[in-house]
Amino acid sequence: MRRKLIPFLIIVIVPQIFLAIAILSKSDGDGATQIEELKQRVLSKPQKAVDHGQFAELHKDFKTPQEVTAACLACHTGRAKEVMSTHHWLWERESFIEGRGVVSLGKKNLLNNYCTGIRSSEGSCNKCHAGFGWGDKSFDFTNELNVDCIVCHDNTETYEKASGGSGYPYMEGPLKPDYKHITANIGKPTKYNCGYCHFYSAGGNNIKHGHLEEALLDCSRDVDVHMTTEGMDMSCTDCHETKNHVMNGRYYGTASNDYNRATCEQCHGDFPHEKSILNEHSIKVTCQACHIPVYAKVNSTKMYWDWSTATGMRDGQPYEETDSLGNKTYQSIKGTAQWANNVKPEYAWFNGQANHTLITDSLTEFPVKINTLYGEYNDPTAKIWPVKIHRGKQPMDKNYKRLLQAKLWDDEKNKGALWVDFNWEEALKEGMEYIEVPYSGEWEFVETEMYLPISHMVSPKESTVSCNECHTRENSRLAGLTDFYLPGRDRNKTVDLAGTLIIVLSMLGVMGHGALRVLASKKRKEQQQNL
Amino acid sequence: MATKTYIYKIFERFWHWTQAFLILFLALTGFEIHSSFSLMGFESAVYWHNFASWALIVLIIFAIFWHFTTGEWRQYIPTKAFIRDQIRYYITGIFKNAPHPTKKSVYNKFNPLQRIIYLGLKVLVIPVQVVTGILYMFYRYPQGGKIEIINVDGLEIIAIVHTIGAFALVAFVIAHVYLTTTGKTPLESIKAMITGWEELEHDEEESLSNGANAERK
Repeated sequence: MRRKLIPFLIIVIVPQIFLAIAILSKSDGDGATQIEELKQRVLSKPQKAVDHGQFAELHKDFKTPQEVTAACLACHTGRAKEVMSTHHWLWERESFIEGRGVVSLGKKNLLNNYCTGIRSSEGSCNKCHAGFGWGDKSFDFTNELNVDCIVCHDNTETYEKASGGSGYPYMEGPLKPDYKHITANIGKPTKYNCGYCHFYSAGGNNIKHGHLEEALLDCSRDVDVHMTTEGMDMSCTDCHETKNHVMNGRYYGTASNDYNRATCEQCHGDFPHEKSILNEHSIKVTCQACHIPVYAKVNSTKMYWDWSTATGMRDGQPYEETDSLGNKTYQSIKGTAQWANNVKPEYAWFNGQANHTLITDSLTEFPVKINTLYGEYNDPTAKIWPVKIHRGKQPMDKNYKRLLQAKLWDDEKNKGALWVDFNWEEALKEGMEYIEVPYSGEWEFVETEMYLPISHMVSPKESTVSCNECHTRENSRLAGLTDFYLPGRDRNKTVDLAGTLIIVLSMLGVMGHGALRVLASKKRKEQQQNL
Repeated sequence: MATKTYIYKIFERFWHWTQAFLILFLALTGFEIHSSFSLMGFESAVYWHNFASWALIVLIIFAIFWHFTTGEWRQYIPTKAFIRDQIRYYITGIFKNAPHPTKKSVYNKFNPLQRIIYLGLKVLVIPVQVVTGILYMFYRYPQGGKIEIINVDGLEIIAIVHTIGAFALVAFVIAHVYLTTTGKTPLESIKAMITGWEELEHDEEESLSNGANAERK
């Protein structure tokens, strides 16, 4: 008996030892030390060295914002030159795009899928230019005094640029900035300063990006682990580090080449996870893809913008409709909109290189891709990115098959501005004349889409995308990316069918064979009895 | 003459049952990774599948060593002799209570069909599963530019071959378990694989020359 017992016990126990080792070797760490070090790094920011309120140079009765800039530059010599070489001033940059060569592109001349483009509407759009007076093509990009230092460095949160003011602040009235107060409280840009423009792009809070909005000024950890006021309360410039006024980080929707970008890896490194299987994912998957499971976590973001319904009138007057959350679902000036909250991103391969549909491009593919993110599985530099795909309808030249730029804004009537006169024919004519691109006069609306990679609103690790949200047969988050084999999602149907069949046949075979054996042995027994 | 014989040595039994456990466990976790069903969740399934695969590889290394040092590998040399008889036995003889066409002994544990099937497992199915499994685990590294020697561009072929192997193994297990019931009594073979002892029809001459391994009843 003992002889049988020992081997038997070994047979039973050994697998359990394997199990035990496995359980014990399972790591339960969370990179806590690394996170602690990063927190210390963020916290050890230099304190403000000087009190600008004590400088006699600033105790003036500033009449114009340019006077303030002159006062800044009196001490901070050369800084305007720095600003004037950056994208915040130029709104364009030299890029190399395959098939186009070197082109100078940016907000200055690109089309987008929201207000469609700034050209011919600069007076309104360029409220967000870091300068004063860019109201049309004649703007002097070399005049240092037109640099707006305050909009980024005002720490009082009182500075207001005027609506339709070409980047100027209010020049009189109650909203005229209190320059003495502001200059006494000058400092590094805060979330508020960056958000003053970046939260409100496309005409209102969170409309464009979906992951950059005013809720980030004071949000819970669930909304953004970095910027939460319950935690590190990090400012934009903690990640978007800046040297000589060149901000680290560029907007993927308008940037064409992959350089000078702010990344998660710059702080967290390439392999931040304890589990190597997660680190291995980083070869093909961005941090954002898993760590931003949803965007537009607080306020809604615009997902669809149909310009074709614009100019509708009610009782001869332009009107608006809003949904229960206060989002504008229809505006005579802008057409129909669809909004969403807590949006699951779509996903795309992206290697950092992008193309853009220019106003001179002949369109061949529909819906029109306002921008194209390059990348595919077989591209070793491409990774899977979460993207907001903003869809809509825009006017197109019927004969030339080109997108059109309508003039949207003017401060006077009968200048052809769509938002003032509600006449597409005139608005398109004016816009295209301004840009000096031929326009046949015949137009229609086409479907368009724009790809906006998502990088903000990073969720706590507890709510990251779990494995089986992608590695699943049905409704995989990556259902749209079909150029590679994804375990759990993909299979070879023939192999699965044949395999299942073989297993079923084996089962039936052994059951049939077994049954026959039982029958045969019964028969034999009966025969023996009969004998 | 029936003799109770010590036919499966201790390592052999340890290896057999651990491998049986690991293959079943790998099938369970593997087909969960394949989204055939949902049991412990994808993440755990992957973790345990990878863990069990390393356990199996370690076991296989020991088993290879054992087979060569003991000379047991010779048991798997395929033979044409009696193969037709063996097939005929399963098709007709077994229902008529005919005797097994080949005699089992310490030096000839397997019938000709077993020899071919087990050899196929050892030199084809299991190596294919191990190689595709290792590639499956490491294919990302070349994509990351770390190892240029095995530059695998995608998982598709690896995964499909691994799936085919898995189906083959499951089918084997079904047939294998069933065929254990074809001994003298349905549980005889399983008992033998647990205890090591089996009652064998002994050839007089053979038992005389190999008396050390047999114990007269």
